[in-house]
Amino acid sequence: MENKIDSYAGSLVASLVSHMRRLLFRVLSTGAIPNHMAFILDGNRRYAKKRNLGEGMGHRAGFLALMSLMKYCYELGVKYVTIYAFSIDNFKRRPEEVQYIMDLMLEKIEGLLKEESIVNQYGVRVYFVGNLNLLNTPVREAAEKAMKATENNNKSILLICVAYTSTDEIAHAAKEAIEEKWGQIQESSKANGAQNGEISQEKHEGHQTIKLADIERHLYMGVAPDPDILVRTSGETRLSNFLLWQTSTCLLYSPKALWPEIGLRHLVWAVLNFQRIHPYLEKRRKQV
Amino acid sequence: MGLGDEVQKAFCSMFPSGNCGVHLFWRIMHLILSIWYFFLWLVDMFESFLISSGLLKRYKTLDISKVQYLAIVIDSEEALQTLKVLNLLVWLAAIGLKNVCLYDNEGVLKRSEQAITEILKSEKRFKEITTSNPPLDEKGMSLEFISFSDGKEAVARAANFLFKKHYSSENKEKPNFTESDMAGALREIGYERPDPDLMLVYGPARCHLGFPAWRIRFTEIMHMGTLKSMKFGFLVKAIRSFTMVHQNYGT
Repeated sequence: MENKIDSYAGSLVASLVSHMRRLLFRVLSTGAIPNHMAFILDGNRRYAKKRNLGEGMGHRAGFLALMSLMKYCYELGVKYVTIYAFSIDNFKRRPEEVQYIMDLMLEKIEGLLKEESIVNQYGVRVYFVGNLNLLNTPVREAAEKAMKATENNNKSILLICVAYTSTDEIAHAAKEAIEEKWGQIQESSKANGAQNGEISQEKHEGHQTIKLADIERHLYMGVAPDPDILVRTSGETRLSNFLLWQTSTCLLYSPKALWPEIGLRHLVWAVLNFQRIHPYLEKRRKQV
Repeated sequence: MGLGDEVQKAFCSMFPSGNCGVHLFWRIMHLILSIWYFFLWLVDMFESFLISSGLLKRYKTLDISKVQYLAIVIDSEEALQTLKVLNLLVWLAAIGLKNVCLYDNEGVLKRSEQAITEILKSEKRFKEITTSNPPLDEKGMSLEFISFSDGKEAVARAANFLFKKHYSSENKEKPNFTESDMAGALREIGYERPDPDLMLVYGPARCHLGFPAWRIRFTEIMHMGTLKSMKFGFLVKAIRSFTMVHQNYGT
């Protein structure tokens, strides 16, 4: 009997909290709401140390924080959420830690596809962004499966950056642009009856040069607009090779909280600061 | 759930019009934010005054060896205040920083480059004449002036360089360009300066405004407020907090 009352009270409180949060978001929506928010999930290991947990527990706690934050973002009306889950530089960590994170990612990607997951609840389309060839086969296949399974969702978008760095993304985009341009030149050469394998100097220097737009089209992050707010937890003020190209007019916010400690208050603070500076950033965005 | 809906209804009924109440609350939230920033500004002013007067012991000695290359990003509209920019450079020279990169998106600083370097040179000569002590550094500050065209557009130029290099040698194989090829191409077209360790942003927002992406992988980015309200003490504080940072570089 007591248990029933407890669980009734518990769900009542949860429902109340949820309604208050919705009211808060309604108030916030008076001003501009960011279309795209990006997060660097920094501080999982420090959190585990601070709480005397096993090292892997920090990452698990981080995952729970991520689920809550995603829920808040989608409720608020943020359409794109990008997270920096694993950097190419992180492969340099101890092999046991890398393997643990890969196994955790595999477990969580499979979890995402389940019926009751947040992805299905909010109609989220998932993209895995980065040099996926660097991942081990099970993780890569699970990622591709998740992308395929959610491709018809269109309410919100989640971009998970794995095996990603900005410099790798830029180099890859340049490579793709170069290959595309070569293909175009070959095609027009064939059409003009010129010999294969030769590029005439005039042709290249004319309208055939690679333009900035050609490179931007081939960026991994080309599926989303530029982020409006980039949040890096643990108070660190650097970007660590994340979205360096896309953050020209993006507000950078570095709360001191470790990633597993991030909560609604940080999101609200970030959005309020964004609203304060939004006219300035919009003006700069139109100029760029 | 029933009770939650009741609470929400009660809330909305408190105000004559639902939207009016919501708007009022929003304004109150922003007012609280503004009051908080005003309070922070007062604290910063006071701290900056203490630092400039040399009253805070820990700021008396500054280890600037960690700042090998400093980037200053200024909002293009604010960069028109050339005197303020000069003032900032004089402060940086006084602190002892040798290598500074000045960036603004539209190239305002680039256009002022000649004027700025001339005035700094004559300022140095003035100091040599009027003080009995010779300047400690003979070389002075090395300045780099860049803009948007040295960022994304430079990457496009580097891509064209790689294209020509690969295909002009009648190489029909698919290219496999890596990050180091890209870095090499950027160097070949004239971008040889090092990556900044620290970036100070002078403008309304903490935003790098399009600084060359390739160079800021691990750069600490700090917001200094507007150029108009810059303070020497705040500059010293920012540099000191940079010297306390520890990086893992992803490992």
